[in-house]
Amino acid sequence: MKVTKGSANDARPLPKLVASCQTQVLDGMEVANITSEEVLNARKGVVEFLLINHPLDCPICDQAGECHLQDLSFEHGLADTRYEFERRTFEKIDIGPYIKLHMTRCILCYRCVYTAQQLTPERVHGVIGRGDHAEISTFIEKAIDNDFSGNVIDVCPVGALTDRTFRFKSRVWFLKPMDAHRNCEKCSGKAVVWMYGNEIYRVTGRKDQYGEVHDFICNTCRFEKKALEDWTIEGPRDIDRHSVISQNHYENKTVTVK
Amino acid sequence: MSRKLLLEHAHIEGINGYETYRKHGGYRAVEKALKNMAPADVLEEVKKSGLRGRGGAGFPTGMKWSFLAKPEGVPRYLLCNADESEPGTFKDRYLMEKIPHLLVEGMILSAYALGANTSYIYIRGEYSWIVFILEKAISEAYAKGWLGNNILGSGFDCDLYVNPGAGAYICGEETALIESLEGKRGNPRIKPPFPAVKGLWQCPTVVNNVETLAAVVPIVNEGGDNYARIGVGRSTGTKLISAGGNINKPGVYEIELGLPMEEFIYSDDWCGGIKNGKRLKACVPGGSSVPILPHYLVTKTAAGENRLLSYESLADGGFESGSMLGSGGFIVYDEDQCVVRNTWNFTRFYHHESCGQCSPCREGTGWMEKVLERLENGKGKLSDMDLLVEVAKKIEGNTICPLGDAAAWPVASAIRHFRDEFEWHVREPEACMQRNYGLVKEKAEMA
Ligand SMILES: Cc1cc2nc3c(=O)[nH]c(=O)nc-3n(C[C@H](O)[C@H](O)[C@H](O)COP(=O)(O)O)c2cc1C
Ligand code: SF4
Ligand code: FES
Repeated sequence: MKVTKGSANDARPLPKLVASCQTQVLDGMEVANITSEEVLNARKGVVEFLLINHPLDCPICDQAGECHLQDLSFEHGLADTRYEFERRTFEKIDIGPYIKLHMTRCILCYRCVYTAQQLTPERVHGVIGRGDHAEISTFIEKAIDNDFSGNVIDVCPVGALTDRTFRFKSRVWFLKPMDAHRNCEKCSGKAVVWMYGNEIYRVTGRKDQYGEVHDFICNTCRFEKKALEDWTIEGPRDIDRHSVISQNHYENKTVTVK
Repeated sequence: MSRKLLLEHAHIEGINGYETYRKHGGYRAVEKALKNMAPADVLEEVKKSGLRGRGGAGFPTGMKWSFLAKPEGVPRYLLCNADESEPGTFKDRYLMEKIPHLLVEGMILSAYALGANTSYIYIRGEYSWIVFILEKAISEAYAKGWLGNNILGSGFDCDLYVNPGAGAYICGEETALIESLEGKRGNPRIKPPFPAVKGLWQCPTVVNNVETLAAVVPIVNEGGDNYARIGVGRSTGTKLISAGGNINKPGVYEIELGLPMEEFIYSDDWCGGIKNGKRLKACVPGGSSVPILPHYLVTKTAAGENRLLSYESLADGGFESGSMLGSGGFIVYDEDQCVVRNTWNFTRFYHHESCGQCSPCREGTGWMEKVLERLENGKGKLSDMDLLVEVAKKIEGNTICPLGDAAAWPVASAIRHFRDEFEWHVREPEACMQRNYGLVKEKAEMA
C-alpha cells in the first residue's frame, strides 16, 4: 500500500510502497490501498510474477474455489500471459500419510513453514534452494511427525498442500460447510465439516473473513473423524468470501442437519 | 601517485605477520585510542572524517554508528561484512589477504567506539583460505594482548571471531548476513526494525564493510580532519578500486577519491589504457549492480564536466546518464565486447542468487534471464526490449532488499544506452554471432 501521510507528527509520505502486514500503524497515518495507481500497478506486477511459474491447472486442482491466487488473478490479473518459456514443474511428494505436496503450484509464500515452526520444536519443514529454484521440503522427505501437521494444509493459499483423504473427492463448491464441534483431548474440537447430503467429505479449521485460521485442529479431528455421529453440527458456516466457494450455501441457513 | 592509507605497507614482505605489521606502525591506533580517547572521541573522529560505507551504499559511517541503540544491559555487536560477492569486486579479498591485521585493528577501534564486546567477521565461503589468514592474525592479536579482556588495562573487553558463509551473494545484505550468522537461512529481514535497533540475536548491531572498518585505523592515527582533507566534497579519503576487464593493468588500486576517470583508465600509473590498443566501449564503475556507462559518458558527464571517481560525480546525471561508485568493482569493456551478452551474464547471476522471498525478484530475474538468453542467441523479438524494461520496472522498489533493484538497474541501463545493439541482435542475428564469436557456422548447423 501507499502511505500518503506518515503520521500526525511527520506528515511526509513514505517514499516506497510498503507491505500492509509489516508496517506499524501510527496516529494520523493515511494510506491509499485501492485508490493509488502505483499500488494497483505494483499489485498487477506481483500477480503476473506469481503466475508465470504457476501451472494454471485450476480445473483439476482441489484448491479451486477457495484459492487465494485464483481470487487475486481474477481481481488483478491479465487475461493473457506474456511469459513464453517453460514453467517450473516438480514431482508430487507425499509428506506422510495425510498430506500431499505439489510444488508445481507453490508460490513460496512460506506460510506452511512458519506454521510448522510454531507446531514443532525442531526445524523439520522448511525451504531448500534459492530463488525460483527453491522448494518447500521436509527434512529429506520425512513426514512432519506431529499431531497438528494437517494445519499446514489450511494455511496454504494455493493447491500446493492438499488433504490426501479428500483429494479429488469433490469440488469445494458442491459441499456445504457446517460449523461443528466434538470433544477432543488434543484440540479445541471446533472445526468446519464439509458435507454433501449427510456425508462428511472433509474437515478443516475455522477461518475468518480474511482466510486466517481461528484455532489449529488436530490430525485426528481432521483426518479420522468423518462419520456424522463424530460431530455435533452447529449450523451452516457463514463464509464471507468473494470467490466461488461462497456460492450456493446460504439460502437455507436455518436448516440443521442431524 | 596519490597517497595510500590502507595499502601503504601492503607490498612489504611479511606484513601479514604480526611482527612486521607492528614494526610498521601497526596497533598504534589502538594504543592511542584506548589510552587517550574515550569511545565517544573515536566516534567523533570518524564523523569528522566524512568516511562513507565502502560496501556499496555509501552511507556515512559516523552517522550509522550514532544510530546504534544503547539500552542498558543489552549487548551490542559489530559485524564485518566480508561477503564480497558482487561481480567485479575483489578489493576486500586483497586487503584481507595482504594485510589482515589492518582489519583486526580497525575492528578493535570500531568495537571500542561502539561499546561492542563481541564482533564477528562474516566472510564468504569461497574465501576459504582467507579464513585461516584472518584466524592466524586474530590469534596473534590475542597473544599480544590486543584482543581479549581488559585490553591495555583500559577495562575494554573485545572478542573477535571469523564465520564463513556457505557461498551466497545474498548473505552480503546486512540482515541476511545476520540471519545466516544466527544459523538460519540467509533471507533478508523486513526493515524496520533496522539492525542498529534489532540486529544479531535481536540486539543492537552495526554492520560495516571490510574496507570501511580498515579505514578507521588511519582516521584514528591521523585525525578525522586530516582524513577529510583528502578527496573532493562529500567523498573523502581513499577508496580501493578493483579494476578488471579489457585494460592493460588489472588489479586493486587505492585512489584518492576525486581522481578523474580519464586518468584512472588511461594513465600508466593506474589501469594503463585499453588492452591491445582497442577503443573503450563501456564501463561499469561500481560492481555489477550499478548502471553501465557508454563510452561517451565515462570520462565526461552529460553536462560536459570531467567525470571523477567520487560518489557525487559518478552519480551525476542520475539514472539517465550517470551511475554509482558502488563497491568499487570497476569493469572496462573494449569495442569487441557484447553488451547483450554481458547483461545476460549479470542477470543470470542475480537469478541464481535471488533468495526467493519476494515474488518480483524471484520470478522477474528468471524471466529477464530467459529473455536475454534468447536475444543473445538470435531468437529474440523487437518487443523484447520493452518487455525487459517493463519487467525491470515491476521489480524495482517492490522488494524487501535491494537485490531486486540491483538486478533491474543493469538491464534498464543497458537497454537505455545500447538499444541499437539489442535490436541488431534481433535483426541480424547471424552477423552478430559472426562479429561476437565467429560462431555463425556452427550455430547455423545446429539450428
Ligand atoms: C544483495 C546485496 C549484497 C551485498 N553484498 C555486500 C558485500 O558483499 N559486502 C559488503 O560490504 N556489503 C554488501 N552489501 C551492502 C550491505 O547490505 C551493507 O550495506 C554494508 O555491509 C554496510 O557497510 P558499509 O556501510 O561499511 O558499506 C550488499 C547489499 C545487498 C543488497
Ligand atoms: S529482493 Fe530478492 S534477494 Fe532480496 S529479499 Fe527479495 S527475493 Fe530475496
Ligand atoms: S486453483 Fe490450484 S493453486 Fe490455485
